[in-house]
Amino acid sequence: MTPLAGYLLVAALIFAIGLAGALTRRNAILVLIGIELMLNAANLNLIAFWRYGPHPEVLTGMMFAIFSIAVAAAEAAVGLGLVIQIHRKAHTTDLDAMNRMKG
Amino acid sequence: MNFVFYGIAVLTVAGALAAVLLKNTVHCALALTVAFAGLALLFLELDAQFAGFAQILVYIGAVAILVVFAILLTRGSETPKDGVYSKYPLVGLAIAAGVFAVLGWAVLGSQRVLPNETAVPAVTVLQIGNALMGRYVLPLEIVALLLTAALIGAVIVAMHEKEGSK
Amino acid sequence: MASVPFQPTTHYGPSGICDYLWLTPVVPIVASGVIALLTQRKRRTAAWLAIGSLSFSLLLSLIAFAYVVDGWVHGVAVREVVNFTWIQFGKTNVDLGWVLDPLSSVMLVMVSFVGLLIFIYSTGYMAEDENYTRFFCFMSLFAGAMLGVVIANSLLLLFMCWELVGLTSYLLIGFWYQRPAAAAAAKKAFMTTRVGDVFFLLGIVWLFAQTGTLLFYNSGAGSIEPLALDGLLAQHAGLGLTAAGAIGLLIFVGAAGKSGQFPLHVWLPDAMEGPTPVSALIHAATMVAAGVYLIARVYPLMAAGALMHAGGLTGGTTTALTVVTWVGAFTAVFAALIAVAQNDIKRILAYSTVSQLGYMMAGLGMGGVAVGMFHLITHAFFKALLFLGAGSVIHGCHEEQDVRRMGGLRADMPLTFVTYAIGMLALSGFPLLFSGFWSKDGILEAAQHWSVAKTPFYMLVFGVLLTAFYMTRQVGYVFFGHWRGHKTAHESPAVMIVPLGILAFFAMALGFIGTPAWPWFRGFLESRAVEFNWHGFAEPGMLALMGTSTGVVFSGLGLGWWLYGNRSPKPEEPDVLERATPLVWGWLRDRLYVDELYGVTVIAFYDWWARVADWLDRRMWGGVVAGVAWVFGQWAQLNRFLDTQWVDGSFDKGCEDLSTGGGLLARVQTGRVQTYLRILALAVVALAAILIWSSRA
Repeated sequence: MTPLAGYLLVAALIFAIGLAGALTRRNAILVLIGIELMLNAANLNLIAFWRYGPHPEVLTGMMFAIFSIAVAAAEAAVGLGLVIQIHRKAHTTDLDAMNRMKG
Repeated sequence: MNFVFYGIAVLTVAGALAAVLLKNTVHCALALTVAFAGLALLFLELDAQFAGFAQILVYIGAVAILVVFAILLTRGSETPKDGVYSKYPLVGLAIAAGVFAVLGWAVLGSQRVLPNETAVPAVTVLQIGNALMGRYVLPLEIVALLLTAALIGAVIVAMHEKEGSK
Repeated sequence: MASVPFQPTTHYGPSGICDYLWLTPVVPIVASGVIALLTQRKRRTAAWLAIGSLSFSLLLSLIAFAYVVDGWVHGVAVREVVNFTWIQFGKTNVDLGWVLDPLSSVMLVMVSFVGLLIFIYSTGYMAEDENYTRFFCFMSLFAGAMLGVVIANSLLLLFMCWELVGLTSYLLIGFWYQRPAAAAAAKKAFMTTRVGDVFFLLGIVWLFAQTGTLLFYNSGAGSIEPLALDGLLAQHAGLGLTAAGAIGLLIFVGAAGKSGQFPLHVWLPDAMEGPTPVSALIHAATMVAAGVYLIARVYPLMAAGALMHAGGLTGGTTTALTVVTWVGAFTAVFAALIAVAQNDIKRILAYSTVSQLGYMMAGLGMGGVAVGMFHLITHAFFKALLFLGAGSVIHGCHEEQDVRRMGGLRADMPLTFVTYAIGMLALSGFPLLFSGFWSKDGILEAAQHWSVAKTPFYMLVFGVLLTAFYMTRQVGYVFFGHWRGHKTAHESPAVMIVPLGILAFFAMALGFIGTPAWPWFRGFLESRAVEFNWHGFAEPGMLALMGTSTGVVFSGLGLGWWLYGNRSPKPEEPDVLERATPLVWGWLRDRLYVDELYGVTVIAFYDWWARVADWLDRRMWGGVVAGVAWVFGQWAQLNRFLDTQWVDGSFDKGCEDLSTGGGLLARVQTGRVQTYLRILALAVVALAAILIWSSRA
């Protein structure tokens, strides 16, 4: 197993775990946690390829990952703000209860 | 592969698992932090120092805190009456397993073609800074705009509405 | 007559006259059209238009007559025609045209002159009628149509004007249409003449089919010119007739309808419902004479086969002419008998007209064109005179028409009396001074020399007796004795008397153009030279005949005077003859039951036929129609069933299924985020798998 393959597998595993959490937990915040994990796994992928891939352009992978971090942070902020607001209105963070778009 | 990698990998995966499996939401948040830390170590292991420290600063320093605040503000520490898992959790599990299976298949099936450069790309912070101000100035500005928007948006979204207005 | 007829010519001198002859009928018709557009109040305009147009026609007729006479004086037989093609279909032409020859010129003058006098008379007679304008419109139309009949050179054009004359007769008989009797009489007249016209039309069609033309004279190619007649004689038509004879008889039936010969005479007495000027013009002088004129016109056709000599028979006769003679003679006596027992002043004159028309037909049949036409011309004048005089009497007696309620009018209405007496003597045939004597004698002379039988002669002589008798009866009732009416009678105004006087003059004077000493009329019509010759009276049998007829006339007059002269029985008392022979009198008074016979046979049959047709229509055809409608109704029901059950059902079911499907599909939208996420992830998995799989290959 090449080192790159190892990193990629780890990233895949973390991604799957994050996805599982996002798909199965009731609490909205835990869904957001899962999403953060997925983003991180993608970042890991990027850095791994930056390290072990060819380097015609030496900064690309790193810059990509950095921007990804920045965007993820912004997204987390907004998402958590939304969850808080929803909690205020619906008095719960249970996703199963939020089905007004049903039908 | 060396043991450092395995060790950090195990830590990270354990942290991720804990983050999604634990009942207490606060525990989940803390486990998440552990997972972030593990990832940062992995970045460092991959000679991506800037990314690793950025990871620590942003994720552990901001996002994890944010998550904890959110949990606290939404009384997430209370255990919900219907259990922590949503309807048909096995379906979600299966789908996630499917995703891992596909990705693993792709990785393992393409080992012969995966690149394996051993030379470490030498990237200094100076270079990163120059790149940010040079080549990547437009994405930088856009991200800045995005962050501003997110900031304002988050504030507005989470703000208490004034009683009697609108 | 000894002289040789002139050579016929088709062209004599400057003859712009024949080219303008069409104006003679057209101007009165146009005037009629203009009058039709006037309002009821413009009475004087209407009268002036009618009188003016007919005066113009009279002027033109006189010019034409003078022209023809001029030709005759110079030994030329004028016969000018103007023909034109009316319709062309394929290779056949239908031509129309008009002709100017002695026959048509004489009729033109008579019709327009008598017509004009009657128009002038009508301005006085109809003065109190509110439909004055309509009267003159119809009269003018009639005058134009009659003149059209006279000048027609084509049998088709003659027929068209003939029908127009019939139409105006209908309109004028039913002039006072609010009276049911008048409306019924008009309808009866139209129907009866129509029966005759059907046969007439058959004759026309046959003639056209045989000869290919309906023109009378067409430079040798006309349908009654020798070439065509030879062709017609060669054809045999069954019943021992040649085509010429058969066509002639068919045409005669039409003439019999119009001229009131037995058995188609029934309409003429009823036609007295119309105003008296109408009776005078149409049913005495002109329209009824149209039938006689028609026979005179087609005389070459009727006489084809017999040895002919320019209008007079020199030996033998044809079947057609024999039939004409017998019908005419029978009608003469038949109508005269009925006239004896009538009490309405106009009815007596009507039956008298029928009788005299019979004389004319008999004259045509036995003696030829000149004999019949002479009586027609003289009869026109004195019969019109009598009718106008009767109108004057009716007007003076305040619309009374029953002779038994009149009497002694000799004193109250002297001028009417004098003119009426002149007319009556002319009709009776008072010798020498009055035209009727000469014209009737012409007919009697022809009857005496008829080769087939002597019976018509005796019948006609008996008719003379009857004529004198019933006219004396009428004059005795009306003008002699004492007044039996209610109000006092008064004389009529000058506008009515003057035409009477003029007509009276001609009733006497016209006789002199037809005496045996100077047979000018005959010579004119037959285009022979004539000279005044007392030896005309010396022809064998002439003086004897004149003596016989004089004797018969006087006996008739005397008998009438003796029975009815100065006596004035009360209206309720039965007539003298009635007391003597009540049964016969009853038959005669009831017009010998001809109308009743028609009612029982023809009309009853027609009634039954109408009922059958109505039943068929309602039950059979109505049933068929209802059946078809029922079928369509069932079809519609079926369609409706299919529509609601199948189409709607399937459509509705389809919509329901769609709706259900939509409901099912909507279940995917659970409204829960995680469901969507799962689906997304699943899709990504599937996509990735596909990509990897395909790139592995």
